[in-house]
Amino acid sequence: MVDQQVEILRPETLIEEFKKIGVTHIITIPDSETNYLYELMEQQDWLDVVPVSREGESMSVALGLNVAGKVPVVLIQNTGMMEAGDSIRGMALDTGFPLLMVVGYRGWTRKGATPDSAAVYTEPFLNAFRLNYYLVEHDADGPRISEAFEETQKTKRPVVVLVGDEYHGFNR
Amino acid sequence: MIESKEVFTAFQQYRGDAIVSVQGTSGKHWADVTTNPNRDISLGGAMGQSTSAIFGLALGLPDEKVVHFDTEGALLMNLGAIASIAGKSPKNFVHFLLDNGCYATTGGQPVPNSEDIDYAAMAAGAGYSATYNFDDLEELATSLEQIMNEDGPVFVAIKVPAEVENLPIGMRERRVTRSRTQTINDLRSELKIS
Repeated sequence: MVDQQVEILRPETLIEEFKKIGVTHIITIPDSETNYLYELMEQQDWLDVVPVSREGESMSVALGLNVAGKVPVVLIQNTGMMEAGDSIRGMALDTGFPLLMVVGYRGWTRKGATPDSAAVYTEPFLNAFRLNYYLVEHDADGPRISEAFEETQKTKRPVVVLVGDEYHGFNR
Repeated sequence: MIESKEVFTAFQQYRGDAIVSVQGTSGKHWADVTTNPNRDISLGGAMGQSTSAIFGLALGLPDEKVVHFDTEGALLMNLGAIASIAGKSPKNFVHFLLDNGCYATTGGQPVPNSEDIDYAAMAAGAGYSATYNFDDLEELATSLEQIMNEDGPVFVAIKVPAEVENLPIGMRERRVTRSRTQTINDLRSELKIS
């Protein structure tokens, strides 16, 4: 039981990381696997949740907020990230936008093999866009979110955090 | 229909300190009309995404009036944006649509259902606070003061003639005098955003 809890990534860990790095807005498309995280974000008075209709919007809304001096983070799933390629290119990479993108890694398994093509193409997609990424699977990996954010600030480029535990702690 | 330049000339009288974004072939006339270019912003760069970027800007600057002159071709590529905008309901956001019914920059091919589509009805259905349709300059001009003073998000659809460009892109007249990055830096400097 204890081991199982250690392996879980709690939504509270992401909230703590977001607060630590000064996030003001989360631009997101809610999905069933991250419902508890969504509810938790809505409860934070320092955080404004901006739901969008399609993932390509998320980078654009975030760019506008960044221009306004805010600190937005995009929270989407890998399927939507792949749909949003033109926005990642035109609204984040081309603008030198230090955008942190937290991406649910649908289909991720530690075994390497997965029947889910969303997972099969996720890392090749990131490599094609030359996006650096960090894997976060459980609470102990939480500080990687801050590391990824610091990298965005240093490089003036988007950096991705892949969340490889969206089937456990996020959906109570 | 109303010539795009006439739309901008009428709007300019009520602009005040609003931050203004323009798009598309119709938008090029704004450069001849604006008197406050440091508050003009260009956030295009991906298909249909300037609307969402300007929406984000409006959310981040709730004390500033933010005006976006969109085009119907761009809006159709990112139509879910009107639901996203209505969902957050930014009071400071005015969303104009210059509807020329076609993709003027690629030779004038019509957008889907260009003759019958009603964008203002779509915005109203999405949940905008107020929506308008104009194809007469006088009606537009007499409504602009109210439009600029009411709580948003406000949607204003205007029928404009197409200004089709068929020259190769490299041979077309360029109106853009500042890059996107320059407009961002100028606006931040104007608003003292570090």
